[in-house]
Amino acid sequence: MSGALAVEDLRVYYRTDRGAVRAVDGVSFSLARGESLAVVGESGSGKSTLGLTLIRALPANASVVSGRVYIEGEETLSLSLTDFRRRYSWRVISMVFQGAMNSLNPVLKVGDQIAEPLIYNGETPRDEARRRAMEMIELVGLPREFYYRYPHELSGGMRQRIVIAMSLVMNPKILILDEPTSALDVTIQAQIINLVKELIERFSLSVIFITHDLALASDIADRIMVMYGGQIVELGSAERVLGEATKHPYTEKLLASIPRLRGETIPEFIPGRPPDLASPPPGCRFHPRCPYVFDRCVKEEPPLFKVGEGHVAKCWLHGE
Amino acid sequence: MEEVIRLEGVKKYYEVRSGLLGSKILKALDGVTLSIRKKETVAVVGESGCGKSTLGRVSLRLLDVTDGRVFFKGQDISMMREEELRAKSFRKKMQIIFQDPYSSLNPFMRIGDIVAEPLEIHGYRREEIREAVYRALEDVKLVPPEEFVNRYPHELSGGQRQRVNIARALVLGPEYIVADEPVSMIDASSRAEILLLLKSIRDSREMGVLYITHDIATARYVSERVAVMYLGEIAETGLTTSVLKTPIHPYTILLLNSVPEPDPANRRRRRPVIKGEPPSPLNPPSGCKFHTRCPVAIERCRIEKPALTEYLPGHFVACHRAEEIMRGALSVT
Repeated sequence: MSGALAVEDLRVYYRTDRGAVRAVDGVSFSLARGESLAVVGESGSGKSTLGLTLIRALPANASVVSGRVYIEGEETLSLSLTDFRRRYSWRVISMVFQGAMNSLNPVLKVGDQIAEPLIYNGETPRDEARRRAMEMIELVGLPREFYYRYPHELSGGMRQRIVIAMSLVMNPKILILDEPTSALDVTIQAQIINLVKELIERFSLSVIFITHDLALASDIADRIMVMYGGQIVELGSAERVLGEATKHPYTEKLLASIPRLRGETIPEFIPGRPPDLASPPPGCRFHPRCPYVFDRCVKEEPPLFKVGEGHVAKCWLHGE
Repeated sequence: MEEVIRLEGVKKYYEVRSGLLGSKILKALDGVTLSIRKKETVAVVGESGCGKSTLGRVSLRLLDVTDGRVFFKGQDISMMREEELRAKSFRKKMQIIFQDPYSSLNPFMRIGDIVAEPLEIHGYRREEIREAVYRALEDVKLVPPEEFVNRYPHELSGGQRQRVNIARALVLGPEYIVADEPVSMIDASSRAEILLLLKSIRDSREMGVLYITHDIATARYVSERVAVMYLGEIAETGLTTSVLKTPIHPYTILLLNSVPEPDPANRRRRRPVIKGEPPSPLNPPSGCKFHTRCPVAIERCRIEKPALTEYLPGHFVACHRAEEIMRGALSVT
């Protein structure tokens, strides 16, 4: 394993009163060093569960049913949680959680919150941790004095910068960003995206960028992985997935649903609703909503077919 | 077409306590004039805190105005007492659709009862209620209605729930609807469905719609006219086609530029940004409120507030440099 991260046949199910919900259901992919991979999907696609699995932060009712996760070559799902936290959390892999900017501790100075992992995980002396936190605050484009501010004194964009500073304070190699801009105005979103790009380059980060927004994905991603109903339906370079290349019908329709500022196209929609992952439809999980559905799609689940160089799609249209 | 809503120089100020004894004035709306006709949608676009939601609520008289006037079908309702608003059926004729389809539906009520509730409050008879509920559900394409009336909100997708919200707003036969970010919490693949639905219902029921959004790209598909707001004022307004094709106000130009399109080339360039964040409405800048973030601001902008002026037919801009920008003598980006 020379990559930053590799996932093999991962299955993560939630226990619910309706039975097992298969949030992530047979997902395999790898992330090269220095690569940015966007994981794109709508609610219930499994993209956030995937992120939480990688950093071993799943809620109590979720369990990893099968699969392996290699970080820098070492399998990490089999490590004890204590071991994982001590050796990997924050220092090798860290995550900017969805909505984290609204989950900052309201009674702690933001600087102390940034310094916290250094003190608890790294046994860094307090003044050293404070200095490092101030450095990070500056790095995300805020004045050092912001160390002493409380979350309510900051705007949403500033809080998001703080959360990003926090995720990078222990110099991780892999960063997972889960919808880091979804609660922000488009003008602030642009600022945060530019910051993220700068930081990726500066720290040579390998990035997993989780988003529902293909346009936003195109800002960051070298490759795009489209998820639907807990599975990968398409994976390929940003050029191929967003461009003219053959693609999965779901990706095609998702792209067509984006309202454009220019051109004459009217945005389309995908009729129906995402599958119930407690009892997913047989065959291809997208078949009830697919405009190109035929017999085989209803009966048999398609594998990921190669549709181009480094480009796969889980669709019978592209198979034998 | 007949005018449904008209706002004239509407101001909405709040007194905000600051310090021990002092107080400050927050100008949420500072002189907004706007009208909406039957079968017309006006989109109000702006960042959070620009006053767009306040505008929607003031237009419905859910909030009282501080100054200025609100007319519903030609009648001044800005000072009208609640009893009179009800007696004249104005309350029924003006409705709102909220942003969040998850928290705006009572989880313990069936869809049929949720949609029927406004009718029950207004004392309709059972047969009338059933008919109006079924018609509303059909209008929002929750069909067949008999299949949906007995379901609970958790059994529906976000898009379907938002359609329940729309149906609930429709049952009383409104002539004016405020749609406050109706699709921002809905999956991308369902957004267009809701927006197109709103448009067709607007036409079939001959309503006027105020569409409040932060997403200027969606405004293009649903609205005939658009108003871009910044810190409680209209910066630019006109036909949607004109404003999107020929934006003149620097704020509109930059706002349009910051909307990402799915293009792999994006990752090799920086997103164009508007520097800084919107200033606090408690302490708004002098002159043109946008001058602190405007790349082409001059001394005059700091001192003198620009008036909304017509630069193209029906297309108004509040900017001292609008003429130069329109001529192409000045580039904002």
